[in-house]
Amino acid sequence: MTDPSLDAVDRRIINALQGGFPVCERPFDAAAEELGIGEAELIARLDVLQDSRYLSRFGPMYNAERLGGDVTLAAMEVPRERYETVAETVNAFDEVAHNYARDHRFNMWFVVAAEQPERIAEVLCQIEIETGLQVLSLPKLEEFFIGLKVTV
Amino acid sequence: MTTRSSHTDDIDRRIIGATQGGLPLVREPYRAVAKDLGLDPEVVMARLQRMLERGVIRRIGVVPNHYALGVTANGMSVWDIPDDQVRSAGELVGALDFVSHCYHRPRRLPDWPYTLFAMVHGRDREEVERKVAEIAGLLGDKQSGHEVLYSTRILKKTGLRIAA
Repeated sequence: MTDPSLDAVDRRIINALQGGFPVCERPFDAAAEELGIGEAELIARLDVLQDSRYLSRFGPMYNAERLGGDVTLAAMEVPRERYETVAETVNAFDEVAHNYARDHRFNMWFVVAAEQPERIAEVLCQIEIETGLQVLSLPKLEEFFIGLKVTV
Repeated sequence: MTTRSSHTDDIDRRIIGATQGGLPLVREPYRAVAKDLGLDPEVVMARLQRMLERGVIRRIGVVPNHYALGVTANGMSVWDIPDDQVRSAGELVGALDFVSHCYHRPRRLPDWPYTLFAMVHGRDREEVERKVAEIAGLLGDKQSGHEVLYSTRILKKTGLRIAA
C-alpha cells in the first residue's frame, strides 16, 4: 500500500506494532529500539497517526468472551422498506455492539455481547418480538489463529 | 460488581476499564494508568501480563483503521465445510495474512449452510474476489459452497464496553 502521507517509518510502525508491545517500565523505548528510532519519535509518530485516524486505537485488545461474558453474531433478513426502522430497533439495545448492512438475502448482521450469557437470548427474543422477523444466532464455536495483519 | 469469570477480578476489571480506550502516549504508560487507579505500577504490569497469558488480552499494539488506510472493501466469506473438517480448514485459512478473523460457527439449515467464516480485506472488491479465489483453491474439495457478503454500511459501531 502506498499512501502518500505515510512515510516509511510510519509504515514500519504500523506493520510491526500490531502486537507485541512490551509490558515494562519504558515500553516505547524498548519498541523504538526494535524499530531503529528513538523513544520520543515513536511516541510523537503514534500521536500523529492516531490524530489523523490511521490508527483507531493504541493499546490492549480485549477478548470479550474471556471476560466472562458471552457474544453472538446475529443475522436478519429485513424487508427493504422497513430497513431503517428495524436498524433503529436493533441498535437501541446497548448489548448490540456492531451492526453492518451487507448485500445478501440476510442483509443485517450484528454482534450481541452481554456480561450475563442468558441476556443474549433475551435480547434476540425481544428483537424478534419487536420486529416480527426471525433472527439467526451464529455464536462462535472456535476461533482460528490470527497473525499480524494489514500490511501498509 | 460480581465477576462471572474466574479469570478476572475487580483489580483486573479496573485496569480493563482504564485501558480499553487505549494507552496514554507517554514514556511510562503503565505508571500513568497505575497512578490514575491508585495502584502500584508493578501490579498493573503483572496483571496485564497475566491477562495476555490467559488470552483475556489478545495483544497490545496499534489498531489500524482499515478505511483510513485505503483498505475499504470488506468481504465476509462464508464456507460450507463438513463439521469434522472445519478445524483443519480454519487453521489453513486463519493463517493467511489477508484474513483478519476466522471462526467456526454453527450451520442453521435450511437457511444457513455455512460453517467457516473468514473476513477478507482489500482495496476494492476485485482484490477481495482474488483473495477469496485463493482460499477456494486452498480448501479444494473440503468446501461444497461459499459466498462473500460485502458490508455496504456501518449501522452501529461501539466496540467493547465493560463496566469498570
